[in-house]
Formats: sequence, structure tokens, C-alpha cells
Amino acid sequence: MQTTQIYEKLTDIFQNVFDDDSIVVRPELTAADVDEWDSLSHIRLVLTVEKAFGVKFSASEIGKLKNVGEFVDLIHAKAR
Amino acid sequence: MSNSIYANLSWLPQPPDDFNARCRALSQEEAELGRQIQALASCSLDDNQLNRLAKVITKSAASGKSLKPLTSFRLGVLSNSTVDFIVPSLIGTAARHGIALECVKADYDQVIQEALSPDSLINSSNCDAVLVAIDYRALPLRCKPGSKEEADATVRSVMEYLQTVRAGLKAQGKAICILQTLAPPPERLFGSLDRMLPGTLRNLIERVNTGLAESIAGTTDILLDVAGLAETVGLADWHSATQWNMAKLPFTNVYLPLYADHVARVIAALRGRSRRCLVLDLDNTVWGGIIGDDGLEGIQCAQGDATGEAHLTVQRLALELRDRGVVLAVSSKNNDEVARLPFQKHPEMLLREEHIVIFQANWNDKATNIKAISEELSLGIDSMVLLDDNPVERGLVRQILPQVAVPELPEDPALYARTLAAAGYFEAVIFSDEDTKRAGFYQENARRVSLQKQAGDVEAYLASLNMEITFQPFDATGRARITQLINKSNQFNLTTRRYTEADVAAAENDSRCFTLQARLADAFGDNGMISVVICRPRAESEWEIDTWLMSCRVLGRRVEQMVLLQILEHAKRAGVHTLIGIYRPTDRNKLVEDHYAKLGFKQLKVQEGNDTVWELNVDTAEVQTAPMKVRTIGFDLLPA
Repeated sequence: MQTTQIYEKLTDIFQNVFDDDSIVVRPELTAADVDEWDSLSHIRLVLTVEKAFGVKFSASEIGKLKNVGEFVDLIHAKAR
Repeated sequence: MSNSIYANLSWLPQPPDDFNARCRALSQEEAELGRQIQALASCSLDDNQLNRLAKVITKSAASGKSLKPLTSFRLGVLSNSTVDFIVPSLIGTAARHGIALECVKADYDQVIQEALSPDSLINSSNCDAVLVAIDYRALPLRCKPGSKEEADATVRSVMEYLQTVRAGLKAQGKAICILQTLAPPPERLFGSLDRMLPGTLRNLIERVNTGLAESIAGTTDILLDVAGLAETVGLADWHSATQWNMAKLPFTNVYLPLYADHVARVIAALRGRSRRCLVLDLDNTVWGGIIGDDGLEGIQCAQGDATGEAHLTVQRLALELRDRGVVLAVSSKNNDEVARLPFQKHPEMLLREEHIVIFQANWNDKATNIKAISEELSLGIDSMVLLDDNPVERGLVRQILPQVAVPELPEDPALYARTLAAAGYFEAVIFSDEDTKRAGFYQENARRVSLQKQAGDVEAYLASLNMEITFQPFDATGRARITQLINKSNQFNLTTRRYTEADVAAAENDSRCFTLQARLADAFGDNGMISVVICRPRAESEWEIDTWLMSCRVLGRRVEQMVLLQILEHAKRAGVHTLIGIYRPTDRNKLVEDHYAKLGFKQLKVQEGNDTVWELNVDTAEVQTAPMKVRTIGFDLLPA
């Protein structure tokens, strides 16, 4: 899967999870940039991404992520 | 996989594509808010969608908007795990069951404090019920394997703990407790030995679950069988080690909608909102095949035949439901006598007329029939369930009577009964003598009720189906199916003339014959070939309709009119001025007795065998068109 496709799909997911249609997902995006992005919606986000891309993440993989760009790299590595 | 029936709540229809937009639009809604929320909630929603809907519900309630006809219910939630995901799922799902749910959420892992202190959040919130959602990890279920004494003491202390929680909530908050059985983890210590060895987790949990069920029986508290739910979908799928470690989710988030539906069912049952009446379609639901076409010998409902057994399973479930107090009714597009035949004469049928309170076999739309059944029984429309294999009928009833529960059904009839049972429409929190006697309350003589006015706008529904009809002359590709229809159709068949494939080929190649095969597709898919017509020249500029038949599956969709329009068009082109139609009565085709009269034909005479002969002037005929797109293929190839 191309990273551009991943960004497109992620934008949909972010808009859905955070109930905000104005979010556009870009690599440098972090939790600080999105009002609704707290620890609970973070879990919701991760679980939704798992389902949408058919992948599973471990707690340590998720814990290491600094921004969306790294998340995309992780999805890219797993979703083949 | 059968698991998906449960995981996806597959008895519910898919949500609309613009679900998010519709949720947003709800904030502008006033009068119909409750109904519209319930309509959206009645789709198969995932946890994100439930979350979104829950926000709308909570916001609307907070701003003092009326959520009628939803009944309000305040639920306290006590847990040792993360309930922040459970709560929105519960709120969204409860609306599906007619409940406007408000949740009071205690802090994480404060079960005993909340239960015992009179001024705790839960006890001071005037809850209607409290869900004690604790799982095995919250309880001291650890002891030395093999020691019966230690195991007994462990089970006793767990039971006492649960008893203390219940007593506290009762004494301080006066709320009903909803207690969960414990879903055991999939990991075993020894293996199969775990089940019999005292002190293993498996053994302890089994004893706690049994003890819990026994201690609740006969009280006002409620048991929520989470262990049973987890078994149904599989323990390995139910428990996610990662999700527990990461966020203390007591079960995989995939099952949030399923879990929430089970909680909402018992709340609805507490509020008397469970369903009471099961309305059964007959053809391809109660038995395999079509009684009007296949006859008593042709339908499938016998042991030893896989399809027959699938339908018998439906019958068995219906009977079991009847025994516990659910009223059975029938709504079928059929002739009354024909539809009753299997009930009276088929040796393998389990359902008999005496089990059915109201028996509606006619050619009217099912919404009108279900309304009549509900009025006759004095049961609300919202207590009815319709089991029907035909997606178009399901769609019609859902559109016109949205309060009726209409489960989606999978392709395979073997899964009909499982799907109906999985939907849990008839959830009960108590089973009384009155329930067992209910069957006798109604005089069960399979009576027929007359129909009042049509229940809703069927036309608008038909228009929404995006129907497309395709007309073709007979051709080699269609020949086998044409022959099959000619030899099998009994009900919508004007002359019931049977032809061999060679006869059909002869008509196809006879340039003086006009032949027509019609296919119908709609929003639910392709119905395949549904109508066949053969016209033969009779006199100068006159055609006789030798054969006209149609599949009853597409009855009531005005396909007849479209077929007649097509015949007229070709008649004109061929210089034909008069169409002659003949109705040859058989014991199966009473349905089309008035077919020609309805289409504007004039009756000419009655001839031997009670055949009626009808005439239509091609040049002056007026036929109403129906809301469908018309495609014609292959007529240009015909010789002029």
C-alpha cells in the first residue's frame, strides 16, 4: 500500500474517531494539535486503525510513536 | 463464518452511507428526534458510530430536548476495567431498544466503595439499575490447585464479596443490580484437567458462575450471561491480552456493539419493551420452495434433506418460542387454501394451523397485513418481528412500519434460525406461569383478519427500489430457463400451457410468433428471469396471448403493466390491432382470474372449461407505467 493511500484512509479514520471533518492528516500531526485527542480516544484511534488496515499493534509499538508520520511508517511496514 | 453473525450484529441492516451527516443533522431535529435516533440506532453500528450517536443523545437530553417515544432509564456502571468505551456503546445501542439511556459512571476500580457508601455517586444518583461489570481479574480467584478446602473458601469469599456489593446497592441506592457471569480466559494450566481439578481458574469461575445464577434466581436482580456470550463468539476472540494490557478493556472492542446489545436487551425487557409476536413468511422461510408452484410434494421441509432440515429448524424455534409465550402469526403472499395445505397435509411439517393465531395469506403488501395482525391481537407494532427471506419485503416493512423488527437473513437457510435467535428480540428477565399459558389465551384457529386501508406509501417504496426491467425475445441463452418457468409456474400463469425446450425453440424461430422474456433487477440485486410471454397470430392483425406467466416473487411491483406496454409496442410495430387474452382456470391460478380485467381488457365470452376470453384494442389501450427503467435487447435482430 502506498503511503499516500494510507494518509487518505487515515484522514477518514481521524475525522470519524475525533468527530471533526476538518482534520487533514499530515506527518507532523500530534495529539497536541487535535482537541479531542486524549488517552481514551487514542486507544479508539489505534483500534480503528487496526480494524481498517487489518493489522495488529503491540503496546510497545504504539508507545514509541511520536507523530502521525511514524504511525504511517508502522502501518506501511505491517499492511502488505 | 458463523461468528460474524454475532460480531457484526448481522440481523441489523447496514447503516446509511451518510451516517455521519445524518447524525449531525439530528441537532436541528425537534419533533421526530427520538424516532430518528432510534432509526439510526437500528442499523448495525460499529463502536465509533455508536459513540457518535451517543454524543447526540446525551447532548439532546442535556439541553432538555424530548427524546420521545424513547423511555428514559438511568443506569449506574460499576467496574474494575475501562468502561469509557462501554458507556457510549450502551447509550447508542439502548436507543435501538426504545430506551433513552443515561449512564452514571463510577471511578475506575471503586466497586466496593461505591456500593457501600450511601453518598457515593452511584447510590446518590437515583439509578434505575446498576450494572456491576466486573470480570475475573477483579476477584481474588487464586488458590493452590488441587486443594478442595482452599477452593471452597475462595468461592465462598468471592460470593460474599458479590453479595456485599448487591446488598449495599440495594440498601443505599434501591437499584436493581445487573450482575455478570465471568468469562474465563482461554489459557489453561494443566489442560482438560482444569475443569475438574478444584482450585484451577477454570474450575473456580465455573463454580462462581453457577453460584451467582443460583443466588439471583427468585430475586429482583438480573443476571447478564457474559460468560455465555463469550463462549458463543469464542474465548480466544473475546479476550484480547493486548487490549487489556494497553487500556484495561475487559473484552475485545470488536464485541462492544454485541455486548451493549445484550445489556440493552435486558434493560428493554425490564421496561416491558421485548417483542411478543413472531410473524412468519412461508415460501422459502418456513419451508423451502414455493407451495403455489412446487406443490405439496415439491416443497422442502423433511428430515433427511439438508434444505428441508434448515427450514424445520426455523419451525422448531418458532414452536419453542410459542411454548414460552411468543405469539405466532403468518403473513404470506399466497392463496389462502394453498398456503394452508402444508400445515394441514404435509406429514413432516412441525407447525400446524393450531399453533398460528392469525394466518394472513393474500396478495396484499405485508405492512398492511402486519398492521392488521397487530390490531387484531391488540399488541403494539413495536412488539412485532417479521421473519422473511425476501429482501424486498423486508425493506418495504422497514420503510412503512419502522417499529417492526425485521432481521436481515443470510443466504443459507441453515442460518435463519440462528440469526433469529441471535437477534434476541424476545429477551425476558423472568419466566412465569402466565407465559406458558399465554398460547392458550388466544383462540388459535389460524383465523384470517380482513384488511383495512393500506398501511403506507407502497408506491414511494417501489420508486426507491431502482428497478430495471430488461426485455428480450426468446434466445438460445434463455431457452432452458424459459422452458423451466413454463413448466413450473402455476400461480401467475394465465393458461398453464406446458412446452418442451423444442417447442420453445420453435416459437423462438417462428417469425410470426412474438416472444418475450423479462428480467428484473433492483436495489437488492438481480431477480433473474421473472416473466415469459408468447403471442401467436390468430387472425388478420390479431395476436392471441398464448402464454403469460410471472414469478410471484415480483408480485405487486407492477411488472405486468410494463410487460403489457412492451407487448403493445411490438404489436403496433407488427401492424396488430387486437390482443386476445385467455384465462384458463386451474386449481392454482386463481390469483390471475382478474388479470386481464385489471389491465383494461374487455371480456368477450366464456368458453368450454370456464375459460374466459378477453380483448384489448392495441391502438386505444391505456396502460399506466410503473417506476422502473426499461432496457430492450435483441429485438432489432428480428426480421421485420
